[in-house]
Amino acid sequence: MTSEPSASDNAALEQRTPLGYPARLIAPGENLESITETIGSIVLKPHQRQPKAWFFAAAGAFTCLMMFFVAIGWLLYNGTGIWGIGIPIAWGFAIVNFVWWVGIGHAGTFISAILLLLHQKWRTAINRFTETMTLCAISCAGLFPLLHLGRPWVAFWMLPYPDTMDLWPQFRSPLVWDMFAVGTYFTVSLIFWYCGLIPDLATIRDRATTRGRRLIYGILALGWRNSATHWQRHQMAYLLLAGIATPLVLSVHSVVGMDFAVAMVPGWHETIIPPYFVAGAIYSGFAMMLNILLPIRWLYGLHNIITPRHLNNIGNIMLVLGNMVAYSYIIEEFMAWYSGDIFEESTMADRSFGPYGWFFWALIVINILVPQALWSRRVRLNPVALFCVAFSANVGMWLDHFMIIVVSLTHDFTPSVWRMYYPTFWDWATMFGSVGLFLTLILMFVRFLPLIAISETREHAAKK
Amino acid sequence: MNTNGNIYGLMAEFGNDQEILAATRSAYDHGYRKMDAFAPFPVDGLPEALGRKKTAVPIIVLAGGISGCLGGYFLQWYAAVVSYPQNIGGRPLNSWPMFIPITFEVTILSAAFAAIIGMLALNKLPLPYHPLFNVPEFERASSDKFFLCIEANDPKFDLKETRRFLQMLKPELIMEVPTGE
Repeated sequence: MTSEPSASDNAALEQRTPLGYPARLIAPGENLESITETIGSIVLKPHQRQPKAWFFAAAGAFTCLMMFFVAIGWLLYNGTGIWGIGIPIAWGFAIVNFVWWVGIGHAGTFISAILLLLHQKWRTAINRFTETMTLCAISCAGLFPLLHLGRPWVAFWMLPYPDTMDLWPQFRSPLVWDMFAVGTYFTVSLIFWYCGLIPDLATIRDRATTRGRRLIYGILALGWRNSATHWQRHQMAYLLLAGIATPLVLSVHSVVGMDFAVAMVPGWHETIIPPYFVAGAIYSGFAMMLNILLPIRWLYGLHNIITPRHLNNIGNIMLVLGNMVAYSYIIEEFMAWYSGDIFEESTMADRSFGPYGWFFWALIVINILVPQALWSRRVRLNPVALFCVAFSANVGMWLDHFMIIVVSLTHDFTPSVWRMYYPTFWDWATMFGSVGLFLTLILMFVRFLPLIAISETREHAAKK
Repeated sequence: MNTNGNIYGLMAEFGNDQEILAATRSAYDHGYRKMDAFAPFPVDGLPEALGRKKTAVPIIVLAGGISGCLGGYFLQWYAAVVSYPQNIGGRPLNSWPMFIPITFEVTILSAAFAAIIGMLALNKLPLPYHPLFNVPEFERASSDKFFLCIEANDPKFDLKETRRFLQMLKPELIMEVPTGE
């Protein structure tokens, strides 16, 4: 049995698409039963047989999560004065992190919805995972504006409801749009994710050996019994959800971008901001996906399902998006010059040659130049190289948001109000704490839910 | 003794999607209507072979989207024009271009809720118990086997006759599904 896959592995290496890339969606030797086994067993294996690395990762992530709670507790006790923000730099790390996390949350629905509509069958191996990543990232993102309110306990004032104060939210404000956009995005992503998860939960229910698991997965599977009639409605609902989620993905970061584009601050007030933010968002989402997915692929031995073809395609998409971001940088500089606006010109000059100039040049290197390595097929097919490029882009996108949000605020219209921004310990603690929250949620998902869409993968195996 | 009293139906097990498709087609041609097929993934043409028509899911989603669109706009219009009018630079109170983003978001949100709730309601889910779960082999419907179940309340159902018919389809197994009462 073991010699068989290795012989056909060679055949798989020979099978290539017209452009010369590996063509396999699923490794040879996989069948319906083995796919269920490969993916389902990750969830159902007893604790003792789980990879040790999972426990170490979970311990690290949980420690960061505890730090997050401490930072939030201290913030609620003291107020936002513990952060480095003030006037004129009223939007500091909290908003940078918000925009960064929302961006990371864009890959999931992009892969799930847009690639589904485009019949990109390779999405199957990674869609569940990235959808989950979306939910975790939006959970982190949503916390930051709330914490930044100063009085998070009255956050519900942002909701439109007939209150005793006789007030309504200002519906003409992009900040209110933002709450609707991010809230809708989270809810729709959750619905889409759960809709796809129902049949897989039924698979786990049917494989579960203990009564507790049968009960929990049974409740979550809602009594799904794989009826053809049910599948018909399920597929239709899933397709329609993809259709309505597609404009949603493009709208969310556009609305986040409008928080800036509608404001008058030089460096924010640009029409290119919404599309540029969308490109950057999907870019950072793909980068974060690689940073999480590659270790998990290695840890759980999912090489048969997440094949070189997937890595190659993800690399290609990242390259395109990275260059769209580079194009946006060029247009930003060009428009500042072309507008003839003295404030825009001054901000752009300050960005590259002012006190934060090294941020800008670091950004150009790690966000634009390093990802050019993806032109090489060898880099795209090498998991380690891909991981490094993705990590670089991830940090790069954070720097990008820092440059747009904070550096623009340090240098607005009147020189007498120009200030530097210095993050405090609590800024960093909140930021790395949110990474802890993100990783904890991801690790819990990997342990307790099927991280690859089993029924969709089966469909490919059956048609092979 | 009522022969069909404690039997929900007869179920046949098949090994792949082509077999279940052929079996379902011939069962339909044979006159059976109250039946259902089960597969670990959506099989093209299987609902049609069972005689199922188009689903109502798209209409429900459309209705959800339209009501979300109208509701979302109404919310903003009511707040900005009727309940809490504010003169901002002499601009019209019903400043519709500024209401588009939220109208759009609420449209999507309602359509998504309509899709998932509509799908589950039409499927009559959640339904924790079903007679089919009494058959141990049925667990493999969620992994690698395909099942066709002809229900006892089909007018043409007859325990012996239907069993003979199913045998003709050359299934891997034929099982009686007890009602579990």
